[in-house]
Amino acid sequence: MSRIKEFTLPDLGEGLTEGEILAWLVKVGDTIELNQPIVEVETAKAAVEIPAKWAGVVTRIFHEAGTTVEVGSPIVAIDTDPSAGPVPSAESLAAVEIAPAEGAVEPGLIGGPAPGGRTAVLVGYGPKTTTAKRRPRLGTPSESPANVVSPPPPAAAADVVASPPVRPEVPVASARVLAKPPVRKLARDLGVDLTSLTGSGPMGSVTRDDVHQAVAAPQPTAVIDGSRERRIPVKGVRKLTAENMTASAFTAPHVTEFLTIDVTRSMKALEKLKGRREFADLRVSPLLLVAKAVLLAVGRHPMVNSTWSGGTNEIVVKEYVNLGIAAATERGLIVPNIKDAGRLSLRELAEALNTLVQVAKSGKTPPADMAGGTLSITNVGVFGVDTGTPILPPGESAILAFGAVKPMPWVHKGKIKIRQVTTLGLSFDHRIIDGELGSKFLRDVGEFLTDPEGALLSWT
Amino acid sequence: MANGESEVGADAPAGGFVQLLTPDGERVDSVTTADGMTYSVDFTDDEYKELYRDLVTVRRLDAEATALQRQGELGIWASLLGQEAAQVGSGRALRKQDMAFPTYREHGVLYTRGIDPIMPFGLFRGVDQGGWDPNEFKFNTYTIVIGSQTLHATGYAMGITMDGKIGNADGEAVIAYFGDGATSQGDVNEAFVWSGVFNAPIVFFCQNNQYAISEPLERQTRIPLYRRAAGYGFPGIRIDGNDVLASYAVTRAALDQARNGQGPSLIEAYTYRMGAHTSSDDPTRYRIASEVESWKAKDPIARMKSFLTKQQIADDTFFGEVDETAKTLALDLRERVLAMPDPQPVTMFDNVYPHGSPEVDAQRAEFERYHATFEGSAN
Repeated sequence: MSRIKEFTLPDLGEGLTEGEILAWLVKVGDTIELNQPIVEVETAKAAVEIPAKWAGVVTRIFHEAGTTVEVGSPIVAIDTDPSAGPVPSAESLAAVEIAPAEGAVEPGLIGGPAPGGRTAVLVGYGPKTTTAKRRPRLGTPSESPANVVSPPPPAAAADVVASPPVRPEVPVASARVLAKPPVRKLARDLGVDLTSLTGSGPMGSVTRDDVHQAVAAPQPTAVIDGSRERRIPVKGVRKLTAENMTASAFTAPHVTEFLTIDVTRSMKALEKLKGRREFADLRVSPLLLVAKAVLLAVGRHPMVNSTWSGGTNEIVVKEYVNLGIAAATERGLIVPNIKDAGRLSLRELAEALNTLVQVAKSGKTPPADMAGGTLSITNVGVFGVDTGTPILPPGESAILAFGAVKPMPWVHKGKIKIRQVTTLGLSFDHRIIDGELGSKFLRDVGEFLTDPEGALLSWT
Repeated sequence: MANGESEVGADAPAGGFVQLLTPDGERVDSVTTADGMTYSVDFTDDEYKELYRDLVTVRRLDAEATALQRQGELGIWASLLGQEAAQVGSGRALRKQDMAFPTYREHGVLYTRGIDPIMPFGLFRGVDQGGWDPNEFKFNTYTIVIGSQTLHATGYAMGITMDGKIGNADGEAVIAYFGDGATSQGDVNEAFVWSGVFNAPIVFFCQNNQYAISEPLERQTRIPLYRRAAGYGFPGIRIDGNDVLASYAVTRAALDQARNGQGPSLIEAYTYRMGAHTSSDDPTRYRIASEVESWKAKDPIARMKSFLTKQQIADDTFFGEVDETAKTLALDLRERVLAMPDPQPVTMFDNVYPHGSPEVDAQRAEFERYHATFEGSAN
């Protein structure tokens, strides 16, 4: 039994992690009695006087007034047997007995961390989260658990005594952020810092949706100047898009293949179409031919037009093509589809495309038009980019990205010519579509666009 | 004394209360209320001195518990400071056969029931459920949920009637403790209704300490709490809660009425919580200092000491001995609290069913296997 005992700051109010030393009521050298008030400490809950745990002489005060101290850190050392004469300094330090984990409460008890990170208290909730402390598993490398305060080895005694037990920093929600306890728990579970959110609830409180949206949106890693940032609540189409994309990206293993092709003949064919009476009142764009190419290629490779049905352990191959067309609207990305597009003539397809785009731009696309898509095209070329690696709309197994058509130097009939060139990108669900099938499908789409008339004649 | 005036004690709130010992330590012979009840006590000198000893002892034990909490040895503590007279007076008024249903603050009543003061500390230290045998001591376990014990008490009291242990001086009675805040709970109102309708042998003892945590009394009621009883059809009376004699006399009479088949009654002990609601609370955030000071002048122990001195019943030798004995008890309590063993996690399965259960046994076995995968496991 050593003479000098260190008193560690206890948890004074059910789940507190720290306290500020307001004033010392004793000084080094003072003789104190059991339960004599020695220090005033202010926590998030109350300012209280702490009575001495042992009678004796104060030998050391670890933190001056004004310091914030973690629960479990030593704050004062008391020589409990001063009549025994002076203490040899080195030995005394070596013999210091740190009160074992006093104040630290086992998980699950009142005042200790409860499952899920919430702190169990009798009156209300602890204002701060505490870090769950766990013993290491057997057979796992021990990483010097932060909560175990062991008697220091003599050589390192001085250092060890000076450094309080380290607790890992946890993101702590400021008390000023308003949020209901279940929302706080949700945020904690999802690793969202409440202070980084702008609440959309009553009185600016953070709601469940706010937290979900924060998870869906990319988190800024370093906030430099909040005054020059704009915060846009994620809702509606953006939210749906985020949910769909997240769901798809993490359920269907995608691969993407690219094919760069010479579409000069397709562009000439388009010019011819525009000159024909049947198409006189229609807007005819390269997208029309891409759509036709996809529909024809699906006829040759029906497996790409299918759905993975995990629940029934089946692949559902569809004999109809509801062709989705990704459209950028003011509300965000939507993917309405043309129902049973494979049965439409080229003119009907052109009409359907025109209608689809106009309705989408007016923001009036009915939900039914967006449901039931089987295969989609995203025309990123309209933005001038070469191509992309699109993410599958949920439930679909393939999506084709159509890049910008640009005049490029191209080897044509053995010579370098300036040709109209584009790049196709096809993402497909690798659970259903192997590389061979995906490649053949993409090759056929490319073949049609390279030589539409020849492909039509030979395929149909 | 004339009716009406008689209920008005020194420093009484509007409407008065039953007071047999003034804050200055002056003894009031008897008090007759408007409904004709006369209250008094007839104690020997030794009995007065024992009441004083009780008051000092429970305060000293409470102070030790508060210190232990501040030293990190208790997770939380609900101090009874200021409410000693209400608890000791009513607790000593119980007969052996009477059953008490406490809140988590009734350390004084617990002491008067002859229960080892260490018993609730396992609960506040978080090492056990704080259990004693309620049937052995006729004192139920502490109830943390506000007001729910009034329903348990009402059911128990109705059971007494069904058992026929009522109707004479040997009959049984029940006392249910609760606070001013609990009167706003549905449970308490249901307990009042059922007790009234079934004429249950129960005394509702409300320690009105003026605050439900931080909510003052005016947020609980528009009328004095004791007058609520009229709406439920049984008598209500207010006492000076800092007067151990009034607490004893009125509780004794109410219990005797109950055991004789006269039905329930409500006692409002008008007192003040001198400390915090619990150690997690900071009362300076909602109470002004002058209010606390004014209640210090009504201290239940000081007035008893003053009375004993003036009446030359006791002297400084006695007071010193009482203080020393209480201190010894408190230090003994401290040592025993510090020596409480930490529970093994597996003990959580121990008291689920009185005679065990295969399902719980299986859960225990599974937990033991899981527990054994950690370093430092005993098994």
